[in-house]
Amino acid sequence: MKRLALIVVVLTGILLIYATVDFPPWGDPNSPASRHVSPRYIKKSVEETGVPNIVTAVLADYRGYDTMFETTVIFGAGVVCFFLLRVFKRRPRKERLYRHLLTGLVIRVREDMEEELDLEEFERIDTLWTPYDLILKTVCRIMIPFIQLFALYVIAHGHHSPGGGFQGGVILGASFILLAISHDLRSMLRRMKEKLHAILCAVGVMIYAGVGAVCVLLGFNFLDYKALSPLLHTTAVMARSYGIFIVEVGVGIAVMATMIWIYNNLSSEGRYDEGL
Amino acid sequence: MFEHIIPKYNYWIYITLMMIGLYAMISKNNLIKKIIGMNIFQTAIILFYVSMGAKRGATIPIIEHSQGHGIIDVTRYINPLPHVLMLTAIVVSVATLGVALALAVKVYKRYGTLEEDEILKKIKEE
Amino acid sequence: MKEQFPALIVTVPLLSSFIVSISGWVRRSLCFYITLSVLILINIFSFSILNQVICSGVIQYRLGGWEPPWGIAYHIDHLNALMLCVISVVSLLNLISTKKAVERDMEEKRGAFYTLYALMITGLLGITITGDAFNLYVLLEIASLTGYGLIAIGEDRAVLSSLNYLYMGTIGACFYLLGIGYLYIVTGSLNMVDISHILPSLYNSKAVMVAFVICMVGLWIKMALFPLHGWLPNAYTHAYASSSSLIAPLMTKVMVYVMLRVMFSIFTPDYIFRYINPGRMIVWLSISAIFFGAVMALSQKNIKRMFTFIIVSEIGYMVGGAWIGNRVALTGCIFHMVNDALMTLGAFLFLGILSHNNIDETFDGIKGLTKRMPFTMGAFILCALSFIGVPPTSGFFSKWYLLLGAMDAGYYGFMLALIVSSLINVILFFRIIEAAYFYGHDASEIREAELFELVPLFMVVAIILIVGLLNAELVQYIIDPAIPKMII
Repeated sequence: MKRLALIVVVLTGILLIYATVDFPPWGDPNSPASRHVSPRYIKKSVEETGVPNIVTAVLADYRGYDTMFETTVIFGAGVVCFFLLRVFKRRPRKERLYRHLLTGLVIRVREDMEEELDLEEFERIDTLWTPYDLILKTVCRIMIPFIQLFALYVIAHGHHSPGGGFQGGVILGASFILLAISHDLRSMLRRMKEKLHAILCAVGVMIYAGVGAVCVLLGFNFLDYKALSPLLHTTAVMARSYGIFIVEVGVGIAVMATMIWIYNNLSSEGRYDEGL
Repeated sequence: MFEHIIPKYNYWIYITLMMIGLYAMISKNNLIKKIIGMNIFQTAIILFYVSMGAKRGATIPIIEHSQGHGIIDVTRYINPLPHVLMLTAIVVSVATLGVALALAVKVYKRYGTLEEDEILKKIKEE
Repeated sequence: MKEQFPALIVTVPLLSSFIVSISGWVRRSLCFYITLSVLILINIFSFSILNQVICSGVIQYRLGGWEPPWGIAYHIDHLNALMLCVISVVSLLNLISTKKAVERDMEEKRGAFYTLYALMITGLLGITITGDAFNLYVLLEIASLTGYGLIAIGEDRAVLSSLNYLYMGTIGACFYLLGIGYLYIVTGSLNMVDISHILPSLYNSKAVMVAFVICMVGLWIKMALFPLHGWLPNAYTHAYASSSSLIAPLMTKVMVYVMLRVMFSIFTPDYIFRYINPGRMIVWLSISAIFFGAVMALSQKNIKRMFTFIIVSEIGYMVGGAWIGNRVALTGCIFHMVNDALMTLGAFLFLGILSHNNIDETFDGIKGLTKRMPFTMGAFILCALSFIGVPPTSGFFSKWYLLLGAMDAGYYGFMLALIVSSLINVILFFRIIEAAYFYGHDASEIREAELFELVPLFMVVAIILIVGLLNAELVQYIIDPAIPKMII
């Protein structure tokens, strides 16, 4: 099997290298790719869309239809992970670990004994028992709001600096996952319930597709943002800029919710009680 | 002869990377190693697209405020279109990775192992 | 409003998938009815687009208002419109037929199932209608990811089969993406019509030839052409009937459509049939696919697995017909795409009825079924006649065109493969019919299938007969204008 794989790989590699004879050299400013379609993007993006970041302008306006489907791909992946892994009928675990808050002592409780003990001064910890670390928990708790602020900055400033919906959404999702890793999964689920982030995921992409549908209802083509200019009381160019911003917000919400959703399903194997 | 190799060494690098990923996907037994190979394979394609947009001496495609209203020189900014396409491709590869890991978790829950030959043996015994 | 249909036909199921997802968390019983109403709307849209294309020619639609190649644009001709209608009809009939099965198998995750259903339909409709090469890749990935998810929720072995499908499918899609990248680096454009205008000056470029080879190999992996078919039998056999009856009729046929689109709209027929001419090699590959599928189908005991090998064989018909290179064979190929989608839907709906009534899908399990389920077996026999190729079912006419085209071009091996595989199909279906008719059955709790499941099956059979009777009009008004004029 390995020999067959090696032969296939070598043949494919030779075929691909054979084609590089006709490629333009690396960094050539006169290559066909740089002469045909992209000069218009570079020259006209500020005057047609009002957005200096050309990548955001192309992503959300000129090729915005592609980006809508890309967000749908990530939404679909979240739904597939939920569909495959989530188990609703919970067989409770055979034993749970509890830690005494004041002394740090850890006890193991069988599930049939749980009702008989008074567990007021205990907190539940995960079966993958890690030692209690005050520094880690406190530092993460301090850092998370700043991470989220930075993520919102990245989403909002996508017009003028590298950034945008996907990048900011991933950072926002990562802040919640940091909470889940440094504390435990249940603390994150208390702040962001399952139903909420599952619905937010759909709402985010619906904002994107909804903007396009509004443009159709107002008589223009799908995702033609100049249809929004009477609604927003601005010129056509600024309407495009605001339209790009609205869809980036939608993308950010969708990506954040999906990252959290996939993490929850994978790390707790669908049971949503204990994670990493 | 050498004008095909030296100015185009970026293409040779990505082809090598892609073939490493493809070899891992075909020949390795462990399911997680196959998933890693898939990720290397997709990353190599992303590298290819991004490298085709580069221009010597050009900067990132964000128009500074001072340049905003004059004539913009196209050779000062790199080609933005491959970057846009690869944003999409990165998201698609992350989504595929998520689905593949969910499937691997399910396989592990069912069969208790992640090696493909052991799984096939267990299937034959059932 | 009518000129917005090209955008609406893809975005209405997309929006509905989000609404279904939310309603799956809020009120689960509405999911089916939302999806049903959306699919009825899709049918109206697709037949209206077909009507528009027949009356006034090619439709152009610009998304975002930007002209191609700077924006994404649609270029809808007869082939697109025909495939849109096929996808809408198949998905609607399948939805109605699998309602009870979904309620039984996937009680709490119904919202997620109908979301994935709507997303897969969005992906397939988007693939057929788009005119931009990179947009096609993104939509291909939507359809593939939802397909992996729908297949993996099945019996025990479904998860491993879906993971193997994922590996091969990702390689295929990435090869397609690489081919598009090679084309972009030498032409600078992503729009299909634009690339075909730039390409004639680049015929002797090695990059274009390698791009063609890689695109084709990637698409062959996704459509399961022998020897790259390894994922198909396991993936389709072990999935639940409600998922496999959606994916099996549509996914591979849409990939054949993409191959035709790449052959004709991106690389023009001038390039592929006159400049590089791999027709003979590919027709031999498809001959081996036909024989392999037929022989493997003979040796199967499980009926569902037998049908998956018949699918492998049918893909051989279509790829061979496309590469023979004359007008008649291409007519046969496109006609066979339509027929195969309908026939496979009929066969898999029949298998779904069997599994819903807990009947074993082997030759022993269906003994004496005709006494208990006369209507189901009657409809299935008409489907079987279409697979074999008996007039007036539509299967006969597409095979007739393929035979005539092969004879005109001198591919006698292909003609032999067609005739032999039709005879093998006779043997295969006769075994099923014999098992169902001539033995007694002892289990008495098997009743006739419910109306929900029978009516779609009858409608499939009725459409097969109607398409067969109207085959001349279909060829003259829809299929013939779909083939580029330079093919004789």
